[in-house]
Amino acid sequence: MRRSFLQLSTNNIANRATKRWFSSIKRPGDWESIIGLEVHAQISTESKLFSGGATAFGAPLNSLVTFFDAAIPGTLPVLNKKCVEAAVLTAMALSCEINPVSWFDRKHYFYSDLPSGFQITQQRKAIANKGELQFVVYNPSIHKQPYYAKSKIQQLQLEQDSGRSLHVPSGNRSLIDLNRAGIALMEIVFEPDLKDGEEASALVKELCLILERIGTCSCRMEEGALRVDANISVNRKGLPLGTRTEVKNISSIRSIVNAIEFEVERQISELEKGRRIVNETRGYDAQTKQTVPMRDKEERQDYRFMPEPNLPPLKVTYDPGSTDSKTVNIAKLRSRLKELPEVTRKRLMKQFGLKLETAIMIVNTPGFLPYFQSVMKNIDSNLGLRTANFIAVEILSELNKNNLTLNDCMIDPDKLGELIKILDDQTVNFIKATEIMQLLLKGDNRSPLQIVKDENWMQVTDSGAIMSACEDVLKENPNLVMKFKNSGKSKLMNQLIAKVKTKTGGKYNMQQVADTVEKLLKNS
Amino acid sequence: MMATLPHNIKEAVRLVANGAVGKTQLAEASVFRIREAGHLNAFTFVTAKKDLSKQNGSKTPPTRPRLEGVPIAVKDNFCVSQMPTTCGSKMLYSFVPPYTATVVQKLVDAGAIIIGKTNMDEFGMGNGTVDSIFGPTKNIWGLEKYRCSSLSFDDWHVPGGSSGGSAVAVASGLCLGALGSDTGGSIRNPASYCGVYGLKPTYGSLSRYGLIPLVNSMDVPGVLSRTVDDCAVLYDVIKGLDSSDSTSVQIPTTDSIPSEDGIVKNIRIGLPKEYACDGMSPEIISCWREVASLLEKDGANVLEVSLPHTKYSIVCYSVLNPCEVASNMARYDGVRYGHRSHKKGLDSTESLYAQTRHEGFNSVVRGRILAGNYFLLKRNYDKYFIQALKIRRLITNDFNNVWKSECDLLLTPVTLTTAPTYSEFIQWDNRKQSSVQDFCTQPANMAGLPALSIPIKLSMSGLPISLQLIGPRFSEARIFQVAKRIENVVNFKHCK
Repeated sequence: MRRSFLQLSTNNIANRATKRWFSSIKRPGDWESIIGLEVHAQISTESKLFSGGATAFGAPLNSLVTFFDAAIPGTLPVLNKKCVEAAVLTAMALSCEINPVSWFDRKHYFYSDLPSGFQITQQRKAIANKGELQFVVYNPSIHKQPYYAKSKIQQLQLEQDSGRSLHVPSGNRSLIDLNRAGIALMEIVFEPDLKDGEEASALVKELCLILERIGTCSCRMEEGALRVDANISVNRKGLPLGTRTEVKNISSIRSIVNAIEFEVERQISELEKGRRIVNETRGYDAQTKQTVPMRDKEERQDYRFMPEPNLPPLKVTYDPGSTDSKTVNIAKLRSRLKELPEVTRKRLMKQFGLKLETAIMIVNTPGFLPYFQSVMKNIDSNLGLRTANFIAVEILSELNKNNLTLNDCMIDPDKLGELIKILDDQTVNFIKATEIMQLLLKGDNRSPLQIVKDENWMQVTDSGAIMSACEDVLKENPNLVMKFKNSGKSKLMNQLIAKVKTKTGGKYNMQQVADTVEKLLKNS
Repeated sequence: MMATLPHNIKEAVRLVANGAVGKTQLAEASVFRIREAGHLNAFTFVTAKKDLSKQNGSKTPPTRPRLEGVPIAVKDNFCVSQMPTTCGSKMLYSFVPPYTATVVQKLVDAGAIIIGKTNMDEFGMGNGTVDSIFGPTKNIWGLEKYRCSSLSFDDWHVPGGSSGGSAVAVASGLCLGALGSDTGGSIRNPASYCGVYGLKPTYGSLSRYGLIPLVNSMDVPGVLSRTVDDCAVLYDVIKGLDSSDSTSVQIPTTDSIPSEDGIVKNIRIGLPKEYACDGMSPEIISCWREVASLLEKDGANVLEVSLPHTKYSIVCYSVLNPCEVASNMARYDGVRYGHRSHKKGLDSTESLYAQTRHEGFNSVVRGRILAGNYFLLKRNYDKYFIQALKIRRLITNDFNNVWKSECDLLLTPVTLTTAPTYSEFIQWDNRKQSSVQDFCTQPANMAGLPALSIPIKLSMSGLPISLQLIGPRFSEARIFQVAKRIENVVNFKHCK
């Protein structure tokens, strides 16, 4: 069955209205789900947390390993101040309480990619506690409109990353790469206060925006720079929380929704079959989109925590007047805190009169914000919406075709500004504007105005000229006119408008053309 | 070739400085003597003669190379690049570290020549230098009583431990000074049994970087020497802040060499009554009294003081030590370095680890790993580890209290008896060995205080008796002043 565009879109809206009201994904019956995230974010410093080892991604195996990283006996940890600064910056961005004194502890377990047999982490007292992250949940294919949610942060702690094991089934061998061993991680533990996978994914997206903005983590999930574990449980409305499972190894934003939604559905289905949920660790397999029990994590571990005796307490001060360069000083770091994404969104809305959805698009799309801001530097702020839409719809779709982002956009922001201006003041119409954009994308060095002059693309708004062009087209296509009169189908009218566009080289004001065609058809 | 070495470092430096001997000549003599004295089993590795001249400092030499040409031995738990570093264990039998410990590097930078590595109890867990993969080290004192043929002995006196190899090397004139490490008495105990000076410096006054740890929060590198001046100069060379060890601190770089006569006058010397414990030999008690009255005669104020928590030190240590041991030993899995089991049928990482660790560690080490892991279990942590930390604080407070109002230094025995014989010693299990041996030395480690073992006299049976000076943190210079006075008065005659 063929359906018109109009029908399709109403159906969509109807769907949305029934499937969601304004918030979480609907669960069968009276089930609810509760999700809490633990995020491991690699700190993007050049060297590791306790050694001078480099942290570059993709280096040859075992080429970034200092004696300490390989747990050569007699070596000692030396805390990298830059990592502490990154953690403090992050804690500030997440509204955490920063502890003036925190400690490092050893967490023991035997694993071949953990060379010393323990991980240095912060168990007794972390560098920061009690934060909160507010974020917008908005997946246009699911949510009718954006809404705000927040998640509380229990703690933010510094710890070492482990190495990586590669299990070779043939020959029953394990290979170990210690490049990652000792890279600084911030473990951010959130309270279980999320409703579904969409909220979880929105939280992580916002977290990534913040960390990228303040430069403390690259957040490249595909490189393992940011890893997400999710604690998931389901319960019936009004009843206490159910037994939770922990899903590990979630390594992309898309997987966050998929893993959580799979696990929630699995738990509901198990419970409805009368089975019990066991507190276990499960891994997410992005290929099969399923969570599966992780065998080696099944055994309950006693980590035998112990204070790390080789590191003094970690002290952080707040002292605007201090000249001590050894101690991390919150007062000094504050100036390095950049405008946070949510503040940017609010500012964009106010400054350019944008809707939240547009502001979200600008802030959340890679490269959009800086590009948008440089375009807007030289043009009137009331052109903000037009600029944002032009970038989002016209430029991004072109870039997407070539797998590029706005960071790779070839069009000089000043030229785009000029283009928006001449589009706005009707010097050119939209059709020609996109053609100019295409030329600029291909590297045309001329200014948009120059192109308009050279190509004679000035918009024609003279109603006499438009009238005569439209009359000509109607005369040349008596069949179409007849068919329209009989059926009244707008599709036929659009065909006539398209013919006017072709005939006139696409530079006539198309709104006037459409109005004129409609008028002529009605009156003929 | 020199037949014997000069008596001490001071003399040696003079000989080298005035050109009487060449720069490597003393080290060559030292290496020769070590080979001759192979029956003592003091060394686990001896530097090849051709390599002696290759040890160059990493930095531009100081204007005054204070240890130019001085042969020094290093305990086998300090990493020295190109030299095996075994900790007396099968686990590290084949381990050659890729770097050099800070304190060793500082000695080399000052012109010293490292002539070899000395024997020790496995990973420092022992008090007799009997539990080593290289076999026991023999105390030079009293050895003539037991010789039955040129190379074999019926019995001998233990040198103490765990730095027994270093103590014997210095006592028998195989070298002029040695590095040791002290966690519960491992320098002072063998220094006492072997009649040499043994300094356990203030925790943090020097770097532990490159010292393979036993108990990180108590381990301190230290020195063994034949005179107080030598001890002070060695300490001055190796002390100081190191950016590689976050627990090291900035201390004054001024020298701590004592004046010629030492200084005793008006110094308040406390005699802690708790140190006169059960099992203390009467000979040692009377020696303690003699030296106390000697100091009093020289103008010191001698008084009895109390450190009431002394008796809990050993039991506290017997919890803290295994906990850190369990943690520190976790890295020895045979994957990256050290011993690795080649037993057939090890079909998982876990079984490889288990077998490797079973083969690589002796029963003492394995026992402490088990105990430590038990104490650190979540359900036991508060009961044992936290409780032990509280006791440790009380012991530290004891010392702080006497420094605050009563005295400047403490004079105590080092060991309860003179060196026992090997046959006696091995009848006791390791736990008893340490509970008896560490009683007087252990508390200083708990509190991180400097302490010096000073040889005083020989017992009726011809074995060295020593006493210990303990001071507040960073009081090494004062300890040397008083020790110097004692040295001058008692005039202890070294064995060789």
